[in-house]
Amino acid sequence: MEVPILKQGQVLIATFQAALSDADLNQLRSALVQQVVRFRSRAVIVDVTAMDVMDSFASRTLREIAHMIRLRGAETVIVGIQPEVAFAMVQLGLTLEGVATALDLEEGLAYLNQKFKIMK
Amino acid sequence: MSRVEIRVTISSDQDIVLARQKGRSLALELGFSSGDATLIATAISELARNIVSYAGNGQILLRDIQNSTRVGISVTASDDGPGIPNISQALRDGFSTSGSLGLGLPGVRRLMDEFEINSKPGQGTKVGVKKWRP
Amino acid sequence: MVKRDESSELLRELVAHLRQNRTQLREEWVGRISETRLLTAMTKEEIFAEATSVYDSYVEALETETFEALQAYARNLSERIIPRGVETHEVVGIVLLLRDVLARSLFAKYQTDFKKLNGILDAYEPAANRIANTVAVGFVQERERVIRQQQEAIRELSTPVLQVRERLLILPIIGVIDPQRARQLTEQLLRGIRTNRAKVVVIDITGVAAMDVTVANHLVQTVEASRLLGATVIVTGLSPEIAQTLVTIGVDLGKMNTVGDLQGGIEQAERLLGYKVMALAETS
Repeated sequence: MEVPILKQGQVLIATFQAALSDADLNQLRSALVQQVVRFRSRAVIVDVTAMDVMDSFASRTLREIAHMIRLRGAETVIVGIQPEVAFAMVQLGLTLEGVATALDLEEGLAYLNQKFKIMK
Repeated sequence: MSRVEIRVTISSDQDIVLARQKGRSLALELGFSSGDATLIATAISELARNIVSYAGNGQILLRDIQNSTRVGISVTASDDGPGIPNISQALRDGFSTSGSLGLGLPGVRRLMDEFEINSKPGQGTKVGVKKWRP
Repeated sequence: MVKRDESSELLRELVAHLRQNRTQLREEWVGRISETRLLTAMTKEEIFAEATSVYDSYVEALETETFEALQAYARNLSERIIPRGVETHEVVGIVLLLRDVLARSLFAKYQTDFKKLNGILDAYEPAANRIANTVAVGFVQERERVIRQQQEAIRELSTPVLQVRERLLILPIIGVIDPQRARQLTEQLLRGIRTNRAKVVVIDITGVAAMDVTVANHLVQTVEASRLLGATVIVTGLSPEIAQTLVTIGVDLGKMNTVGDLQGGIEQAERLLGYKVMALAETS
């Protein structure tokens, strides 16, 4: 199952489907990094609204994505973590430390807009 | 006595997804809240992942359980892999044997109500966890 | 020891006696109930109606030696009278009174035939005791169920998530937090963040007297989970003792956004949200 990546201006948006396997996640990681380079994107939004389980592997992959993208000079925002998923994540000790988060896609875009405005 | 028994063979990362989906639907069937079902599915995901990462293959057994006052779900993850040499160390937060990812066992323990582990080097690992419906 | 069939023969005779004298024995019983000032929350008519049902169920349980019907009746009765404030001792009291009223009438009837009296009492007492036990247990179980329900309701009420401004929630925590309440609190807050699209949450723990390690961990997890939903948490009202607990379990207070009191917390939240607060005089 491939994760679609949408290009909207300077931002790339990747939307997770439910039931992603480890292989899908690894594939997404490389695809995102490649496209950030190719389009000189300033930011990536990963929308995980549909994910009903975020285990240690998925969480680690998200952190790695954010880290690699920061090395390319761009910013990552994780949006759409469900309340129940967030509760399970913190029980597991998965807090996505150092990665920006927002309630949903709309909030994620608003966050980036404000940030870019300040940077200008 | 269990009425439901679901066995999922775990040998690849696809099976991890299958096991946690089956676990979630069984939990919901047994009347767990969707919040609890998420905790249970997450625990199953971690246990199945350990099988894939450390043993290669094994199985997850899902069952309904009941005592005199409550119903619950039992998840047993078993494999014939290398086993865990030092269990108490594996149950401490922050411990890991392969790279940055730990066994996640302390986390699984926090997600569930009861936790039991049997493992000897060379003889595989069996982790049993239970959660009771409040 | 009386033989089995002989005993059931006696039980039949006993039941017949209780049926024959139903009106008189029931009245005597109701009289004793008001004498001993039991069931004061109920009217005379109500007591009489319930007494009739209890009396009949009682005799039936003696006759059939099955207790399910009585058990169901006891539960049903409890459900009706618990909200009226009837206490456990009253329910146990009236059942014991009935047992005594009936036993006395057996004495009166068989006092000339001592051997028979003994036989009748041998048949009566175990059954009567079991009935008393069944009714008392039924009442207590029902009471416990009601108490559990009330606790649940109080818990819901005691953790209000308040929206004070657009995007700003306040969660004042008061009283004792056990792990169950801590979890409920977290779930309520996370749902609240989502429905109100909150960006900042002020958790005020001024009203929390003590915090053990488990609960402190819950607080930390609540802060972390809220952040995963994109909301910033400000904790206010942290007493020196609780701060000490947090430091002891290894919480980096530098990572946690803490402000001395609720007022200061709300002010900081408003700054985070981009509000400017100024005195009215300055605006003119």
